[in-house]
Amino acid sequence: MKYLKFLIAGTIFGIVMAKSEAFSWYRIQEMFRFQSFHMYGIIGTAVTLGVIGVALIKKYQIRDFYGNPIMFYPKDSSTPRYLIGGTIFGLGWALSGACPGPMVVNIGYGYLAMVVVFLFAILGTYLYGAIKDKLPH
Amino acid sequence: MIEIIQQPWSWWVSGTLIAAIMFLLLFFGQSFGFSANLRTICSAAGGGKFVKFFDFNWRSQIWNLIFLIGAVLGGFIASQFLSDGNPVQISESTISDLAKLGIAKPSSVQPDELFSIKSLFSLKGFLILAVGGLMVGFGSRYAGGCTSGHAISGLSDLQLPSLIAVIGFFVGGLLMTYVLLPLIF
Repeated sequence: MKYLKFLIAGTIFGIVMAKSEAFSWYRIQEMFRFQSFHMYGIIGTAVTLGVIGVALIKKYQIRDFYGNPIMFYPKDSSTPRYLIGGTIFGLGWALSGACPGPMVVNIGYGYLAMVVVFLFAILGTYLYGAIKDKLPH
Repeated sequence: MIEIIQQPWSWWVSGTLIAAIMFLLLFFGQSFGFSANLRTICSAAGGGKFVKFFDFNWRSQIWNLIFLIGAVLGGFIASQFLSDGNPVQISESTISDLAKLGIAKPSSVQPDELFSIKSLFSLKGFLILAVGGLMVGFGSRYAGGCTSGHAISGLSDLQLPSLIAVIGFFVGGLLMTYVLLPLIF
């Protein structure tokens, strides 16, 4: 039952992605065309509350459910990796209208064509793993 | 009450709940990053025998796969019980821009031009979904995270790499939207 809490958290995530319409190809197009505040409002609210919360966790050294300190690990410093990888991700995001989380929410919602997108996303990750040593990082 | 839930949720309710999910996962001793699941699935499928990048203890990531199953379930619950059946209310300017690409105004959540089974079984329709997915999967691992790991978790921790990744997301997204989509459709 130690996994039940993650099932519940994932279920809430799925409902929020669907009810916020952030899992819709139309909403992603609207975002990249800067024609609505909606997606920026969602991400902006999450990040604003996130910045405040993370700062408070660090300041008061808040511990997790198991009594361990909550740790934040700085990501490796690089520019090409994040910029090139991010750009490839963005190309795919605007084309398929879904990042990895919303893909599976769409599958649950009934859009079975998204199974193909998700399977190819797994393949894309495999491809990255296979050639990563040849890429600039 | 149920009528309120069945309407689309406002940006501030949705954003607040996403932050809550991130903090919930931190309190459970984990961190919010969805695309890590793609790597875990490669590893669980035996990819570690061929590619070193997938040779790790994927069982430590089972919690995230369970989160993924929850997300599928959440999508199902939303469509079956929490939807008012109305199409996505996007702006008029987006509707007219998309019309120029031959994509009709929303009649549901997703455009039939891309996500109907008929479109899936056409060569062009299949390639759009396949290439889109391939780039998301490749790019998210190359960048070390997707929207949840970088735009939400990383920016909340004020990490410069995440800001660079998010800038990349927009470079790619704008390039696709303004340059490539008109050529594809």
